[in-house]
Amino acid sequence: MKKISWEFRIGLVLVLLLLGLCIVSLFYTPYGTNQEVGAKFLPPSGSFLFGTDNLGRDVFSRVMVGSQTVFLVGFVSVAIGLVFGVLLGSIAGFAGKWVDEVIMRLMDAMLSFPGILFALMYVAVFGFGIFNATVALGIMAIPRFARITRSGFIQVKQMPYIDLARSIGVSKVRIMFVHILPNIISPLIVAASMGFATAILAEAGLSYLGLGVQPPDPSWGRMLKDSQNSFLSAPHYALAPGLMITLTVLGFNLLGDGIRDIKEVK
Amino acid sequence: MKKRILVVGLLLAAFLIFGCTPQTPATSKDSLVVAVPQDPDFLDPHKAEAAGTKEIMYNVFEGLLKPSPDGKPVEAIASAYTVSDDGLQYTFTLREGVTFHNGKEVTPEDVIWSYSRIAGAGEDAQESGVMIVAALVGTKMEKVGENQVLFTLSEPKGDFLEAMTSAVLDSSLEEASHNVEPVGTGPYKFVSYNPTQSIKLTRFDEYWNKEKMGKVKDVEFRLFSDNATALSSLLAGEVDLLPRITMDQIDSLPDTFEVFEGPQNMIQILGLNHAFPAFSKQEVREAINYAIDKDALISRVADGKAAKLGSNMSPVMEFWYHDGLDDLYPHNVDKAKELLAAAGESDLSFTISVPSNYEFHVHTAEVLAEQLAKAGITVKIEQVEWGIWLERIYFGEEYEATVISFVGKLDPHPMMQRYMSTYPQNFLNYESPEYDRLMEEGLRATAAADRAVAYKAAQEVIAKDSGVIFLMDPSLMTAHKKNLKGYTLYPIYFQDVSTLYFE
Repeated sequence: MKKISWEFRIGLVLVLLLLGLCIVSLFYTPYGTNQEVGAKFLPPSGSFLFGTDNLGRDVFSRVMVGSQTVFLVGFVSVAIGLVFGVLLGSIAGFAGKWVDEVIMRLMDAMLSFPGILFALMYVAVFGFGIFNATVALGIMAIPRFARITRSGFIQVKQMPYIDLARSIGVSKVRIMFVHILPNIISPLIVAASMGFATAILAEAGLSYLGLGVQPPDPSWGRMLKDSQNSFLSAPHYALAPGLMITLTVLGFNLLGDGIRDIKEVK
Repeated sequence: MKKRILVVGLLLAAFLIFGCTPQTPATSKDSLVVAVPQDPDFLDPHKAEAAGTKEIMYNVFEGLLKPSPDGKPVEAIASAYTVSDDGLQYTFTLREGVTFHNGKEVTPEDVIWSYSRIAGAGEDAQESGVMIVAALVGTKMEKVGENQVLFTLSEPKGDFLEAMTSAVLDSSLEEASHNVEPVGTGPYKFVSYNPTQSIKLTRFDEYWNKEKMGKVKDVEFRLFSDNATALSSLLAGEVDLLPRITMDQIDSLPDTFEVFEGPQNMIQILGLNHAFPAFSKQEVREAINYAIDKDALISRVADGKAAKLGSNMSPVMEFWYHDGLDDLYPHNVDKAKELLAAAGESDLSFTISVPSNYEFHVHTAEVLAEQLAKAGITVKIEQVEWGIWLERIYFGEEYEATVISFVGKLDPHPMMQRYMSTYPQNFLNYESPEYDRLMEEGLRATAAADRAVAYKAAQEVIAKDSGVIFLMDPSLMTAHKKNLKGYTLYPIYFQDVSTLYFE
């Protein structure tokens, strides 16, 4: 029996709680997200769990619906990064030689851009909004997955059983994805969990700058921005989205750490 | 031992003196720090266009006339003027003893040179970047007698007197120096400009109007690109005056500060692009007007501190304001739905493009979307950068609807002309021959009362057409230290520091 670390437990609990909140918000929120329900800046209370915002809307409902964006952006951008990253990384790792050089130097070039800068550039060119922001974050995640996949491929392809498979005429594609890929899945899972956290943070940053989710749809990053002017008089409004972002990012990072620990203790 | 104590004591004293002085210039009674949001675009008043520049530099420059707090141009460099009966000839008499900040007396030649410059008389006017003042184009200017200037207009122009508030500059200076070391005749003279840091002015002790001399000696306009930083500097005591504080920030001010509040002659609109098919139908525009609850909007985004508008004129401009238009479309969701159904637009949906740097407009758009949803109208909000707003919406006219506001002017014509079909930047594509005719009438009439009649009628036309959805004139709120007195509010963008004093 493997020892399960406390990081893993806490991370899992946080992520599951959030996922629960997100699923519930699909069917139920205490109030509408874009509707005046009381005076502005009401402090947290029984009827308004996180208080109300600058336009008298329920912050808790908005935080709940905001979590949908978080998961959507996280999943889609990690998926984009994973699919293209694994594809490019496995080609580079398996083919080697000049193919490897070309692909990996391209990845290096992409890594040289700070993620948020690339995302800013992308949405400036293709337009504001959550769709473009997600695609940009996905593209930025590619090199990371490509590197992990490539190094895994280089290690595994020298194993005797790969030579064996080759000698009996198994096709290259089958060797790549059936015989090699499953062996490197665990570092990819760890990277995906961490990538999730990065994407969430970046989305919050973009929405904070007004480039991500467009009002009146709620977004944690935008809520932070809106709360900034009233931080001294109504700190609860800033705390709600701030805490949610912190906990989510923390949750996914701990989960990633936890998975890595489990996989290393063999 | 004693010596050592002395040395330590001196060191401490030195530390206290050197350590503290740079941080606390604001506490002495003879200097004032005002927080402003943006760097001036040009120091040369004939080139500057940004309202943020003018609000500072009106303290330095004067024209033959200058704006007064009630919005009328009053005599400044000119001591008196007469108008001929046909409204074509204006004779200005220069006040005696008005000097520039460099000590040179203002002559009729300076006036003619200055106003010719903004009339586009110089051959290189376009290249030099001078903003041409339309009311002066084609005007003949000549010196009469010793100290008079005669302006002969080609046709009567109602906004001519406002043009006379343009700065008079020293014609003997080199052209380029106006943008480096501006010299004017106002109550304060320019000292230095440190980009992204501050603009410093000091009192001009030879100002012609001894009654209206500046009270505080040194004034610094400190630049804060971020409103939240400006607020914390105010709270820390480094800044004495913070114009345009937001509602949310007021709640965090302690008792040692006061907030001055007043209408600022700003017109906030929901601009509907008439080129968008649905908005060419009057029923649709009326329906939107009925669906919007302006009172609720004002209470939510401005905490009730705004004047409701029904036309393109704020109640502050009493003389020109058409009463009662703000109640033309009382909030009525059912009526809105009926009108939409009648127009065959029951499931109307459109996008409001709003400049993202103006949070106030973004919040307004959010509330509007919520209110319109109740009448079955689907509204999407798209935030755009200010540069893109100008390029795509203002100049490109590629949009469906937008929330924006226009700052006030002294004369109704420059404020209202943007809705004329002949206006070069009629970005709303509103076209009404009746409105155009009345505006033209207002411009050509010479008696102020006749002009008012025409402009009021024009307001009624555009309001009844629902040509534009007029929202509100949000109050200007200025926070200042309690012991700072004498703040004067103008219906234009202007922070008059000459009336301010510490108690």
